[in-house]
Amino acid sequence: MVDRRPWITVLSHLVLIVGVLIVAFPLYLAFVASTHTADAIVQSPMPLLPGAHLWENYQAALFGSGKLGSNTNVMHMMWVSFVTAMVITVGKIAISLLSAFAIVYFRFPFKMLCFWAIFLTLMLPVEVRILPTYKVVAELGMLNSYAGLTLPLIASATATFLFRQFFLTVPDELVEAARIDGAGPMRFFKDVLVPLSKTSVAALFVIQFIYGWNQYLWPLLMTTSEDMYPVVIGIKRMLAGGEAAVDWNIVMATAIVAMLPPAAVVMLMQKWFVKGLVDTEK
Amino acid sequence: MASITLKNVVKRYGSGKTAVPVIHGVNAEIKDGEFIVIVGPSGCGKSTLLRMIAGLEEVSGGDICIGDRVVNNLEPAQRDIAMVFQNYALYPHMTNFENMAYGLKIAKVPVEEIKQRVDKAAKILELGHLLDRKPRQLSGGQRQRVAMGRAIVRQPKVFLFDEPLSNLDAKLRAQTRIEIQKLHHELGITSLFVTHDQVEAMTLAQRMIVMNGGVMDQFGTPEEVYNTPATTFVASFIGSPPMNLLKNAPGGKPGQILGIRPEHIDIVASGGWAMEVITVELLGAERLVYGTVGGEMVTVRIEEAHAFPKAGDTIRIQPREERRLHWFNAETGKRI
Repeated sequence: MVDRRPWITVLSHLVLIVGVLIVAFPLYLAFVASTHTADAIVQSPMPLLPGAHLWENYQAALFGSGKLGSNTNVMHMMWVSFVTAMVITVGKIAISLLSAFAIVYFRFPFKMLCFWAIFLTLMLPVEVRILPTYKVVAELGMLNSYAGLTLPLIASATATFLFRQFFLTVPDELVEAARIDGAGPMRFFKDVLVPLSKTSVAALFVIQFIYGWNQYLWPLLMTTSEDMYPVVIGIKRMLAGGEAAVDWNIVMATAIVAMLPPAAVVMLMQKWFVKGLVDTEK
Repeated sequence: MASITLKNVVKRYGSGKTAVPVIHGVNAEIKDGEFIVIVGPSGCGKSTLLRMIAGLEEVSGGDICIGDRVVNNLEPAQRDIAMVFQNYALYPHMTNFENMAYGLKIAKVPVEEIKQRVDKAAKILELGHLLDRKPRQLSGGQRQRVAMGRAIVRQPKVFLFDEPLSNLDAKLRAQTRIEIQKLHHELGITSLFVTHDQVEAMTLAQRMIVMNGGVMDQFGTPEEVYNTPATTFVASFIGSPPMNLLKNAPGGKPGQILGIRPEHIDIVASGGWAMEVITVELLGAERLVYGTVGGEMVTVRIEEAHAFPKAGDTIRIQPREERRLHWFNAETGKRI
């Protein structure tokens, strides 16, 4: 900024710091709550500094305390969430890359029809699609399975369009040079297009992983057995203890643990993430 | 053998009654090892012709033969050609070595031989120290050399160049032109070079195809094209400043156009034609006198040593020799 008024810098920093505090405060509270006993938390005012029970709480959260609410150990639910998120992400990226490739580089009968059909799916809200999807999944016997949790969520119009827009920026001469080099379509796809799409793929990976990890409505509808619950449902179920008191400290600990994998993915891919949204490579 | 034969090659866009013809029947025989330049203004069809020979565009009519094979229906990779593009078309994510090796890798050439060929090409083009870098770390001229290296390692029957110098600055253009000439000297591979720049055409070509509006106006050596242009288009396209074309030349018949180059006109004390001078351009080594003869614009080029007229003067000019006069049919534009 070439501003000559230093108080603008101070002001903008202040605003940003306040913004960060507002967003981070609930997370901080959750962390604090996860380090106290259940009784300490429900007292008012709530403690604002971390307590001494970190290890016990996290152990109880991860390996099942057997006390209240769901008895399923969180580790297993984390695993379900992880598998779901990974399968959705990888599947989505693979399918979208291929469909964008077909749309951009090939002429085939009914091409415009396919294109518009994909586009139309964007206009249908989840609530409209979810009941027919449930029926199909149930009739295929895929309830309570990884397949049922992931397959309906794998096809994506947004990802296809993201890649389509990217592929349209690849210069035609690159395709022609590859043709002259003797590369067939799939070879060109594998050797040239996919490496060039790396940053878009990374950006999409982060977005889709978080999306897959946070899936709530769909798993809620189609899983009935506890060992197929993803961790977000597990957390909710911990709160449904009825008259029994809720172990808030364990719940908070579970919530913190559940946040770690997506946070890790964002941090690891961060470099690629911003690049993928902003970068135009020549 | 790597001769190229074009038999009545036609290109149409669209089909049926609404088809738009862009190339109207080109016939040419190109000998093995020749350096041919296809030159013409934008939109004349030269790039389309090159791309048909490369296999990147379909042939609407006629035959294209490389060697004794008719290649109309062959994929580019099967035609044993290599192409250098205007925008280099290098794979940005691969190193320069991998860029040059890619075609060979696909053809399953053994790794040692790939390394040998790439190193040899790199040596010829002085790229040895750049092989491990990526294209974006190179300057325009270096990238074009990598593109040429990629073409060389394939050891093709034909080189195709699609306006490769257009993206380079003037100095680099002159340098790369010389490198291309050297390359042709060393390797002797049949080459087709497309450009809109008549200087490139005149300096590089052993023979050139002058195209205009999808038609091949002339196919000859630079001297032939300069000394005996076949049409008024060729006459005015080649040579700078362009040839003077007079519809009502003194001493000419109606329906005929006289062509005379500015450098073949002398200023004389008496006789010849009267010219009213409009302006004089001083270019250091030469001067260009612009004026009118009988109402038509004429340009005369005179050497530095001679005295030059001022704007508004009336001078007398005369063509230097009879053989420097070119007569064209006014209707068809063709040479008489």
